[in-house]
Amino acid sequence: MHRKPRLQGRPLWNVPSDEIYGQGHLACPGCGAAISMRLALKALGRRTIIVLPACCFSVIDGPFPCSAAGVPVLHCAFETAGASAAGVRAALAARGDDETLVMAWAGDGGTYDIGFQALSAAAERNEDILFVCYDNEAYMNTGIQRSGATPMSAWTATTPAYPGKAEPKKDLAAIMIAHRIPYFATACPTYVDDFLMKFRKARAMRGFRMIHVFSPCAPGWQVAEAETIALGHLAVRARVFPLLEAEEGGRVRRLNVDPPPLPVADYLRRQGRFKHLKDGDVKAVQAEVDRRWEELTARCERPARLDGRAPRKWRLPSFERLQGPRRLV
Amino acid sequence: MPRRELLTGNEAVAHAVALADAKVIGIYPITPQTTIIEKICDLAAKKVFQPRIIHVESEHSAMATVIAASYTGVRAFTATSAQGLALMHELLHWAGGGRLPVVLANVNRAMAPGWSIWTDQNDSLSQRDTGWMQFYCESAQEVLDSLLLAFRVSERVMIPSMVVLDAFVLSHTSEPVEMPDAETVAEFLPEYRAPFRLDVEKPCSFGALLRPQHYQEIRVQLQDAMEAAVAEIEASDELWKKLTGRGWGVVAGYRTEDADILFVTSATVASTARAVADRLREEGIKVGVVKVRVFRPFPFAAIRRALAGRRLAVVFDRNISYGHHGIFAQEIKSALYGVSGAPPLACFVGGLGGRDVTRETIETTLRSALAKSNGRLFAWI
Ligand SMILES: Cc1ncc(C[n+]2csc(CCOP(=O)(O)OP(=O)(O)O)c2C)c(N)n1
Ligand code: SF4
Ligand SMILES: [Mg+2]
Repeated sequence: MHRKPRLQGRPLWNVPSDEIYGQGHLACPGCGAAISMRLALKALGRRTIIVLPACCFSVIDGPFPCSAAGVPVLHCAFETAGASAAGVRAALAARGDDETLVMAWAGDGGTYDIGFQALSAAAERNEDILFVCYDNEAYMNTGIQRSGATPMSAWTATTPAYPGKAEPKKDLAAIMIAHRIPYFATACPTYVDDFLMKFRKARAMRGFRMIHVFSPCAPGWQVAEAETIALGHLAVRARVFPLLEAEEGGRVRRLNVDPPPLPVADYLRRQGRFKHLKDGDVKAVQAEVDRRWEELTARCERPARLDGRAPRKWRLPSFERLQGPRRLV
Repeated sequence: MPRRELLTGNEAVAHAVALADAKVIGIYPITPQTTIIEKICDLAAKKVFQPRIIHVESEHSAMATVIAASYTGVRAFTATSAQGLALMHELLHWAGGGRLPVVLANVNRAMAPGWSIWTDQNDSLSQRDTGWMQFYCESAQEVLDSLLLAFRVSERVMIPSMVVLDAFVLSHTSEPVEMPDAETVAEFLPEYRAPFRLDVEKPCSFGALLRPQHYQEIRVQLQDAMEAAVAEIEASDELWKKLTGRGWGVVAGYRTEDADILFVTSATVASTARAVADRLREEGIKVGVVKVRVFRPFPFAAIRRALAGRRLAVVFDRNISYGHHGIFAQEIKSALYGVSGAPPLACFVGGLGGRDVTRETIETTLRSALAKSNGRLFAWI
């Protein structure tokens, strides 16, 4: 038996009403990436240019002559998000425009794998761009193939044999923080306040900023379309996807949400892509998740636990509790 | 008075890019191109011009950045050779299909394996079908002029241009070059005004999914633009001639008026061939030289005009399409198909991987072609 996550309704007073992305897009219902794009643009505003390498979004945004984005979109070659965003930024600067934000929006394939060389180079040069990886943990556009972001044990069309993918997921946070970039954050669309805070913060900064977004994918993960938000909640609580930030080249590291953990089984057992796992396999995943959590959070400041005690009932943290006094608009 | 300077082919590229005031330049080293980007950095450091130089991690990213910059509405440039150009291949299609007036200088270098840093044309000719114009140059002056022409024509027809120069023979050889003054350049190459660009005031998407009902239509437009580009190149060349006294043509003839035999080639081999033509004419053999300067769009009409009615045309290619033969020869043959008075062709391939093409090489080529007259279609030299 797995527990149902409890999501408590609360007005999202912090969400801008401007709908920049969305109308007519072609994402599957419940697509975590589409929800994330909608939220991201709300935080970033209309003075944004999106650079889109090949990924689900090449389709989601719409075929010629349509576009669901209320901002300019440059579709670029799969492996070039970092370089293409740098090119747009340089040309804007040449035109005297230092204000417009250039956001590369790439899938995990376009980030961890084929796009990594251009990404790493753009980070090293501290290009003045925001690079977002929406991570659905496989090549979804081409029909669910394994990527460097696919977690251990997951079924994909190219890891069909038991027990699924043999290797653990590449540690993007560690790799990118090691680039000494001004800002790295992880975000999950379930945690709307935290998500918006991070995109706003990134918008206000200069230099290379990166946000790694947790993006459930119903067909790819073999879950119901209505599970997206719940899965985000479980992933964070089971410590599969820690919400954190690293600033000033990793000097300041902060864990944004530190709930009492749930067993990783609660997260795995809800998804078809893990349904073949035996208890021993789940244990192995748990061990990997625990190890990564220790590594990742060892140097992180932790959020203050409410009044010093662990809360009996975990609630979605509000913006103030996450951040202390509001600093960013 | 225009200045004269002693420049290598590569320095001529850099000076032309400065004269064109390119705004974004993606740079990555590869022999024998490297001195282009070094010179560009030097000119930028001396504030001769003030481009945004992006120190990318590969030629692939170099092309990606200049494509993105061009989509953002500024003049953009990069340079490469051989392996670098091959690495760019996918992106060359993005620039061609995207109708972007990006300009690239390619220093011809033989493709590995084994490693070769010396000249031949297989690198650039392998990119024939990517939707780029290609200009093959013979002198540092021609390189400088062609770069400016490439920017102008590209921006008028919205097709990218590749200006090609031979490794070392041209890239690293110094020659006196007449530098046009700023006013002349400004008249010839006005500031780039992009007909479309990424603009937050007018949001559009570029490069989106093209369904079958649209894809071909857009490619038809590219082909039409390519065909129209021949006239645009000729008109721009005329204008440059008016401004500076120098015109290069799409095809350049030498002592062709009364020639029975034409030696047809491209790039620096043409200079050597002219000396050979002079020598053979002393023996009474009426040889002329035809240099094909523009490879894409292919100058069908000019080739037909130059070749029809001659006794023999000897085509010398510093490149090969394995399983067929020299690439210029194939193109010339296709241009002559069904043309009355088309001469027989003798096709030679030589000078690969930087092997010297000397006067003797060319003389041997011509004499053996004459001896066999119409005997053999293809031979190595
Ligand atoms: C050079 C190149 N190789 C392969 C592809 C095919 N391709 C297009 S999208 C895609 C998968 C993208 O995966 P990811 O980046 O994770 O984004 P997702 O589709 O999962 O959203 C692949 C393999 C391509 N377009 N270009
Ligand atoms: S396949 Fe997955 S990532 Fe792609 S649109 Fe559908 S839900 Fe979104
Ligand atoms: Mg993916």
